[in-house]
Amino acid sequence: MIRAALTDLLLVGPAALAVVLFIFLPVGVVFGLAFTDYQVGAAQAEWVGGANFAQLFGSRLGRNALLNTLTYAAIVIPGSVGLGLLVALGLHGMATRLPRLSALLRAVYFLPVAATLVAMAVSWQMLLHPSLGLANTWLQALNLPGQQWLSDRGLVLYTLAGIGIWQSTGYNMVLFLAGLAAIPSTLYDAAAVDGADRGWTRFWSVTWPMLGPTTLFVMIVTAASAFRVFETVATMTAGGPAFASDTIVYALYREGFVYFKAGYAAAITVVFFLALLALTALQMLLVERRVHYR
Amino acid sequence: MRPGLILGFGLLALGAVLVLLPFVWMVSVSLKPHAEIFTPHVSLLPQNPTLENYRRALTETAIPRYLLNGVLVTGGILILQLVLSVPCAYALAHRRFPGRGLLFGAVVAALLVPFHVTALPIFLGMARLQMLDSYTALILPFAATAFGLFLLRQAFAQIPAELIDAGRVDGMSELAIAWRVAFPLALPTVIAFAIFSVTAHWNDLFWPMIAVTDPDLATPPRGILYFRDAESGDEPGPLMAGATLVTAPLVLAFLLAQRRFTQGLASTGLKR
Repeated sequence: MIRAALTDLLLVGPAALAVVLFIFLPVGVVFGLAFTDYQVGAAQAEWVGGANFAQLFGSRLGRNALLNTLTYAAIVIPGSVGLGLLVALGLHGMATRLPRLSALLRAVYFLPVAATLVAMAVSWQMLLHPSLGLANTWLQALNLPGQQWLSDRGLVLYTLAGIGIWQSTGYNMVLFLAGLAAIPSTLYDAAAVDGADRGWTRFWSVTWPMLGPTTLFVMIVTAASAFRVFETVATMTAGGPAFASDTIVYALYREGFVYFKAGYAAAITVVFFLALLALTALQMLLVERRVHYR
Repeated sequence: MRPGLILGFGLLALGAVLVLLPFVWMVSVSLKPHAEIFTPHVSLLPQNPTLENYRRALTETAIPRYLLNGVLVTGGILILQLVLSVPCAYALAHRRFPGRGLLFGAVVAALLVPFHVTALPIFLGMARLQMLDSYTALILPFAATAFGLFLLRQAFAQIPAELIDAGRVDGMSELAIAWRVAFPLALPTVIAFAIFSVTAHWNDLFWPMIAVTDPDLATPPRGILYFRDAESGDEPGPLMAGATLVTAPLVLAFLLAQRRFTQGLASTGLKR
């Protein structure tokens, strides 16, 4: 009996301890810190109630970071889900006729998912360089004005969103391809009997409704990763110029680990975490209802 | 073929070219001599390709050091994760003990917590214990992997109880059964998890930016940024050579084992 209990402890103990120490305890601490004015290195901290949250939602800088993140997500979600679906449809249709080419293109589209985003961001930065970059050279060849892709306050967030779409489309494509492969061919046969045998009618009557759950899942996964945008911001703009590309995770990094305002950074963390949890709850709620758009 | 199909294929190919553009540009600039980069007539491909930038990146910069750090840190994280997770996942799947349901519930709940949420308290704790700026700081916080525990427990649960019992009849210890019976049988899942873990930590920038300030400890993405900030735009050639060297291992691994990679990174969509 005791022997068995010791064996269990030996097997389970270390991992359980790590999960408590590095996941549950920190989550608890973050929720506590969010209501204090703790500074990294300070001997003590004062309880400040909801002041940190008031600062996040009330100050221009805080609202700016939240709004930028939402804008970024509002571009990346439809962009990368839509493109992921289009590419998956194309490659799925191509797979029977040209299997080799289809597999090759699939690998190409997935490449940004496996690549080191920071290194690719450095390459993007060079591509978009105002004078040495290819982007402006090509624009000028077409007699169009060059752009300050990363230092124009009105443009920078859209540039980053474009790179976000570039990075995540291949991931969504793979999820959609799995969804497409799961549609039984008997449904297409049945639709063909009813006259929906090609093109759009076939898509709207069979493919799209059957992809409902996949589409929902892909949208939520994309939203969750868009909320986390950090690497491209940290590499290419550091939130600038003038906070035009500041996002929630970058603000969390800056406030907590550059300015050492632990209490305020904890409040940002809590808001970020609750937003992600809300997304997960939404997903569970909708999956429960087995979303098929009919 | 119908014209619509040809148009569709054309658009797919055009999209693929756009996806490849930053890759081609990175490799292209890394092969260009200095004068070809600083010219008003920028071209996509190098006119006189040279390996000089690679020679300089490998001998005059800390890029090799960053790559070595990347191997040490990702390898250390993966080994630690497996050493802790395999026995625990085995017990969750094949043993009955008080608190098993609670522990599994905790693992599923922990799946919902991204690392960004726990980073600040872990940073504060490590600062207090003076553990920052070390390989330990880069590796230890990832010892707890809810995702690994969950994935392995699901794989181990597929193993028939008869096989486990056979091990017990042979007098194997439980730890030995976990490592010598369950682990090899779940190898495809282990590989999928290993790909996920190595990719995530090789590419991670967030925690290395927080945990270390010593450039000698920089992981590849962090190192690339140190390098870029130091050269401040004068040496894009070696910088791009460095970026290529950092990206190459995972991209090559992906091209060689596409199916496993796609499985490891995508069918595990849960954790992203």
